[in-house]
Amino acid sequence: MNWFTRLFLPAQGSTHAPAVDNLFWFILWLSVFFFVLIAGLVLYFAARYRRKSADDRTPNITHHLGLELAWSIIPLFLCLAIFFWGFKDYMTATVAPLNAMEISLTGEKWIWTFEYPDGMRSIGELYVPVGKPVKLIMQSKDVLHSFFIPGFRIKMDVLPNRYTEQWFQSDVPGEYQVQCTEYCGKGHSTMNAKIVVMNDEEYKDYLENGPKNLRDMPLAELGKLLYSARGCETCHSLDGVKGQGPSWKGIFGQMHKMGDGREMMVDENYIRTSILQPQAMIVQGYEGIMPTYQGLLRDREILALIEFIKSQK
Amino acid sequence: MATTTTPVVHKGHEAPKDYLNDQPGIWSWMTTVDHKRIGVMYLWSVLGAFLLGGLFALALRLELLTPKEDFMNAETYNKVFTLHGAIMVFLFIIPAVPAALGNFVLPLMLGAKDVAFPRLNLASYYIYVTGAIMAVAAMVTGGVDTGWTFYTPYSTTTTGAVTLMALSVFVLGFSSIFTGINFVATVHKLRAPGMGWFDLPLFVWGIYATAIIQVLATPVIGITTVLLVMERVFQVGIFDARLGGDPVLFQHFFWFYSHPAVYIMILPGMAIISELIPTHSKKHIFGYRAIAFSSIAIALISFIVWGHHMFTSGQSQLAAAIFSFLTFLVAIPSGVKVFNWVATMYRGSIALNTPMLYALSFLLLFTIGGLTGIFLGALSVDIHLHDTYFIVAHFHYVMMGGTVIAFIGGLFHWWPKIYGRMYNERWGQISAWLVFWGFNVTFFSQFFMGSQGMPRRYFSYLDQFQPWHVASTVGSWILALGLFVAAGTLLASLRKPKDAPANPWGSKTMEWETQSPPIAHNFEHTPVLTHGPYDYSPEPVGRRR
Repeated sequence: MNWFTRLFLPAQGSTHAPAVDNLFWFILWLSVFFFVLIAGLVLYFAARYRRKSADDRTPNITHHLGLELAWSIIPLFLCLAIFFWGFKDYMTATVAPLNAMEISLTGEKWIWTFEYPDGMRSIGELYVPVGKPVKLIMQSKDVLHSFFIPGFRIKMDVLPNRYTEQWFQSDVPGEYQVQCTEYCGKGHSTMNAKIVVMNDEEYKDYLENGPKNLRDMPLAELGKLLYSARGCETCHSLDGVKGQGPSWKGIFGQMHKMGDGREMMVDENYIRTSILQPQAMIVQGYEGIMPTYQGLLRDREILALIEFIKSQK
Repeated sequence: MATTTTPVVHKGHEAPKDYLNDQPGIWSWMTTVDHKRIGVMYLWSVLGAFLLGGLFALALRLELLTPKEDFMNAETYNKVFTLHGAIMVFLFIIPAVPAALGNFVLPLMLGAKDVAFPRLNLASYYIYVTGAIMAVAAMVTGGVDTGWTFYTPYSTTTTGAVTLMALSVFVLGFSSIFTGINFVATVHKLRAPGMGWFDLPLFVWGIYATAIIQVLATPVIGITTVLLVMERVFQVGIFDARLGGDPVLFQHFFWFYSHPAVYIMILPGMAIISELIPTHSKKHIFGYRAIAFSSIAIALISFIVWGHHMFTSGQSQLAAAIFSFLTFLVAIPSGVKVFNWVATMYRGSIALNTPMLYALSFLLLFTIGGLTGIFLGALSVDIHLHDTYFIVAHFHYVMMGGTVIAFIGGLFHWWPKIYGRMYNERWGQISAWLVFWGFNVTFFSQFFMGSQGMPRRYFSYLDQFQPWHVASTVGSWILALGLFVAAGTLLASLRKPKDAPANPWGSKTMEWETQSPPIAHNFEHTPVLTHGPYDYSPEPVGRRR
């Protein structure tokens, strides 16, 4: 019967999905019952009482109180039952457990960006551990979007002026499709993301070594990705224009004069120290405003940034 | 039987006078205050809009045949689906039944000479035309890509002719309000002598309930579009968060009109079915008062369920719960009507002619539309289904399978009255079968892909959904074929001389008591009520209770 289930609903990926599906199937079979009843009567009457001659006589039946009460009250009670059922599961779906891991999510035309509590960010991919509640705190940078995970049976709009949230817990490792369901223009239908639910071992490995698809990426390319994903670009330009920090154009191998009078050569160790302990050396003419990336970048990512800086001639 | 088809006085060789040839020339049409002529002008206008909106729909379905770009790009697609929705809602389906068929039939059913305010009626038509021209102008001067719902802040930040389109909706709203005012006054003041409220045909009850919603709800969309324009043009911060506004406020305003508007669309469809089934079953309607009062109940409750469009919008859980609860309440009166229509057929004398085939299609399709609404009223299930193709399928089953099918059925039913000609019955029936199956193939497939997670308003999609999209697209061709056959059947009848008797269906409502087509002033003598609208039984004991 799996093919029949799949005809209607995607595979259940969250702890919430079975509750939604149960009500879905209940309404479906109830609808089938009423449709067969009504359509059956319509077709039966149309055949049985088909006009035989223009002089057919019909009985003067105008109403029947009992019948009319029956087909008002029985559906009313069914509807009320469905209301309470749907409401109960809706409340479970909207109130996150207190121990949920919080991840902030930003929607903008036409990408989803996730930010973990430790400052890690990823675009279009969310990695979460299996069996742990995860709460998404969501906002939009521009128009309305809506974060829909069919496998989890949840969906919530993402607004520019306030935070919305939703939560899920998945007990089934795997990849889940995310789609935007609030129309947002040209790229609406490609504003996808995926949620990767990992078992504990994989998740630990991910935390230590980063997403698998980034591991084989050439260093300079990864550095370029990090340059924008980790916010370097807000202060360090690539075209020589002075920003909050020195531009990276042609910086590698230069001699820099520090605020305290020392002269330093921009080499691998200088860059590494600048990333992890930015206050240790401040170039003359700049303020020491850079935050430390200690614990936020993996070793390979620092290497990647160094490689990227080297490539900026 | 008090049917008084007074023979028309023939003056020499002239054709018998009727409203079509009473005053010659185009100018007499453009300046007419005859509700029948205005109804006919509305009819052709809304059919033109239906054709245009339908061509857009066919283009959308064709593009969706494959997941990739076939012959239009994403921007064009977004404009086309916006225009399809906006044209179908504002230019076709809202005016279709009340302003076209309602205008023609309602005063006749009341035994009146015209509507209460004939000049207002003509003004309403010209306002409609103005709004339509503005909408077409918006299309050709940049187009609109907001969806027919104009959600902010997308609609206040995107390029294109959104301002003009919003103003067009504002203007069209007045046309709708004027029609509503006219019908409310007409039903209250112009009923034939002896015709009490419970002697009204149920079509009149349905149109009356619709008119109440038109008058009370439409001003809200007017105000909303004006606010939208103020924000777009003058940067007044109402909905845009960057200007201190709230985008969700727009959704509240919009649906406060547009949910009742759903009933502006479906109640007239129900009104038509309440005539077609008793007439073509030759049987008294079952549960007259239940149907009449359920129309009024729907009209009233429809004002307090708008939030069920916004379960995922960030509104509070309490609000969501209340709206879900009220939504289930509004389901009941619709269900009651369906049961009453079915019961009307019991022991009837059912003629399976073209209007009745459309009415039976309505019963089956509207039942599916209504039952799938239960899924969407249930909070937890709606969260999954919201803004997927399940919604698209659901509202097409209600709007097209319901209202449009009823409208076409009504057109076949009243066509002999409007043009005095019988159409080819065989081709009419073929059209009904094609439309029924084409419709189901097009839209039933969308339920499956919707509940599987296919979002609406998608230019491209995941490969897994393609078989369903192919089915839907093929269905759209069958549906289009059926509609063209229906149009051809009706148009072909215009080529022959007027041959329709006054009352081809043996109906008991008053519009059939005058000749087909009626004379300019409807009745030779003020008709007097002698029997109820559904007294088909040979020995009606007095009147209905």
